[in-house]
Amino acid sequence: MKNLWHGYPDGFVAVKGINLKVCPGEFVAIMGRNASGKTTLVKHFNGLLKPTKGDVILDDINTKEATVAELSRKVGYVFQNPNDHLFCDTVEEELTFTLNNLEVKGEEAESLINQTLERFGLMQYRYQYPRFLSGGEKQRVALASILVAQPQVIILDEPTRGMEYRLKAELMRFLDEYRIDGRAVILVTQDVEMVAEFSDRVVLLSEGKIVVDGPKREVLSRALLFSPQINRLAQALKSYGVPDNILTADEMIEALA
Amino acid sequence: MISIKNLTFYYSGGDKPSLRDINLEIGDGEFVLLTGPSGGGKSSLCRCLNGLIPHFYGGKITGKVEVNGLDVTKHSTRELATMVGMVFQDPENQLVATDVDSELAFGLENLAFAKEVIARRIEEALDTVGIVNLRHRATSELSGGEKQRVAIASVLALYPDILVLDEPTSELDPKGAEDVLNVVERLNDELGITVILVEHRLDRVVAHSDRVIVLENGMITADGGPRSILSDGRVSQSGVGIPPIIKLAQAVKSRGMSLRVKRSNFIDDTPLTVKEGRIALAKTLRHSKP
Repeated sequence: MKNLWHGYPDGFVAVKGINLKVCPGEFVAIMGRNASGKTTLVKHFNGLLKPTKGDVILDDINTKEATVAELSRKVGYVFQNPNDHLFCDTVEEELTFTLNNLEVKGEEAESLINQTLERFGLMQYRYQYPRFLSGGEKQRVALASILVAQPQVIILDEPTRGMEYRLKAELMRFLDEYRIDGRAVILVTQDVEMVAEFSDRVVLLSEGKIVVDGPKREVLSRALLFSPQINRLAQALKSYGVPDNILTADEMIEALA
Repeated sequence: MISIKNLTFYYSGGDKPSLRDINLEIGDGEFVLLTGPSGGGKSSLCRCLNGLIPHFYGGKITGKVEVNGLDVTKHSTRELATMVGMVFQDPENQLVATDVDSELAFGLENLAFAKEVIARRIEEALDTVGIVNLRHRATSELSGGEKQRVAIASVLALYPDILVLDEPTSELDPKGAEDVLNVVERLNDELGITVILVEHRLDRVVAHSDRVIVLENGMITADGGPRSILSDGRVSQSGVGIPPIIKLAQAVKSRGMSLRVKRSNFIDDTPLTVKEGRIALAKTLRHSKP
């Protein structure tokens, strides 16, 4: 993204002059206060929003010259609200729909669907009506319906709502494995603890601008609002020689040993 | 006071019960944290409290659910709405008006309150939740977090004595989440409003709660004080997120280091806040210094 600006029709400028580069294999967490521009920003990656000013270039394609359909082949986007994804009669059909759009059929499709359902613990819901599932289950179906296509870049907007820790950790581990082989993961989230445990790089937005962009340890230590619980504890124990850039319980245990 | 006896519930067309033989009593003024794996029945249980189950969702319900002495199957959601205020998991499901002011007025208008009362209550609710600046905004243009706070304010305007919140901070940033939880805590503390809070991210709320209930596969598998429930190994096995500071305390203890959290007259070993963690660990670190 080069000098990206985006203003909405009602005059509200959500993104102001953002410069951002995401490389293959990266796991980037985009954080910031509500209405800081996170969702507006990431919607530019697959062309759902076009820049008011500036450019967004995906591989060699300028998003201003491509359609959302074209960009969707490379970029998967999982919306904040899983209901926005769900419109088929069964969970399986949600996944089939995506694959059909990408002209993946037959055995290949069947195999991808099985793998994906298995991966997200959705096999038992295969033939169920998605909208009858619980909040967290719907979240997983929405994720599965996009990830079944194995896009080059995956953008997830608050994907862990409604999920207990175990499922969140599984998703994070899945995303961590996913970005190997040159894929990129972009996660918009408020879940500081998950980011502390699982991501690499954190981009912090405020009022449409990037405030800080760097390795998670740099961004999350000493942060006032976006600091994980253990880091706040570490800050308080500095005088006992505890390093002040510890982010998780496991790291703290190692440091205390 | 909420009294639930032998509650079993199947959604229409469901072959497995979403709630199985639930027995539960929640006293006035309690702050209850309801947690457990996704699909375990938390939202379903909440829906029984204001009559959405069975009046809106249908299905098959057996057993008894009484709120302030009223059997929910025999009283309308309208009657129950002034006793139980519910804030849904998805604010989109709750917001009906085009602007915030009208949204807050909606419930009150439906209950035929006088204009001046409505005006005053809207003012109060906006102020309590800290969103006075959103008053004239279009609901469609609000961010996820702003929507959630508007939903909370609209429910508060009805002066419920029980507040049920289903993951109210899931779309809020850390500051917004803190603001909302502070409001909820204050309502519980100062006004004695009974709070039932469904949450997955427990670290922020656990210190405020009196009681933690874990719901799995439609059944209550744990029910007790936060310290004992969250340090119980079986609870973390169910997938529930144990706050990092408690995980740390358990690891410290398992390495044979002692940890004493001083709490009024109790000596305990499960810190619930950063402050408790600091005090406990500082002692441990001091004692282990050569």
